[in-house]
Amino acid sequence: MNLRRDVFQAIADPTRRAILVLVASQSMTAGAIAANFDTARPTVSKHLAILTECELLRQEQNGREIHYHINVQKMKEVDDFIEPFRKMWDERFDKLEEIMKAYKGKPNA
Amino acid sequence: MERKTKVTAEEGKHDVVITRDFELPVELLFKAYVEPEIVEQWMGTKVIKLESQKHGSWQYQTSDPKGNVVFSASGVIHELLPGQKITRTFEMENTPFGVQLEVYEFEKLTDNTSRLNMHVIYETVAQRDQVMKLPFVGGINMAHNRLEEVVTKMKQPI
Repeated sequence: MNLRRDVFQAIADPTRRAILVLVASQSMTAGAIAANFDTARPTVSKHLAILTECELLRQEQNGREIHYHINVQKMKEVDDFIEPFRKMWDERFDKLEEIMKAYKGKPNA
Repeated sequence: MERKTKVTAEEGKHDVVITRDFELPVELLFKAYVEPEIVEQWMGTKVIKLESQKHGSWQYQTSDPKGNVVFSASGVIHELLPGQKITRTFEMENTPFGVQLEVYEFEKLTDNTSRLNMHVIYETVAQRDQVMKLPFVGGINMAHNRLEEVVTKMKQPI
């Protein structure tokens, strides 16, 4: 459960969320990622380290360069946390809608 | 796939916003929240008390087939504007989740469609996260129970 909490702390930061969005479309080097931000390079490196630590990003050696990839599986896990809660409400509301549609059909409703 | 119900829960905050569009006139959607018999049907719980008015209180209770109370919640209604808004508190009894403040806004979209905007504010970030994980944990438990059932059946001599 600890790791899970770390993941949520990781995505709490707007810069880290922006990094994830950036890397989601293509793998990039730290330099290419940093070029997208006004933030100092070491700060971006720190964000990358946190994202890598909690497995939202994966490093891959590409010749002399290190590319950052998004870890789709881990991202899915983050989404899954809210999904059962959303589904519970969705099912409840479906039922409400169904009941009230039948109610509307009743005379004197 | 279209997701009718949207849930927004920002990390580090102690609230959740749940939004849903209904194929119902706003009056009927509102009715589903204030008539005890209707609440019982869609919430799947027994309504012990529901005083749909300012300063009114409410109490829901769910029992298992053996009659043991498995869910008990209650609160007070602070504001009730027919067809528009309900502000109430919500507390699950015998749990460490504290008291939630719930603001329901009912909005007419067309004559036959409406939108519910439900804003839930928890006491702390930790409590919100715990409550949001309940169906997640419940789902796991349910799967375990089903597994146990299957295993128990397998154990029985044929």
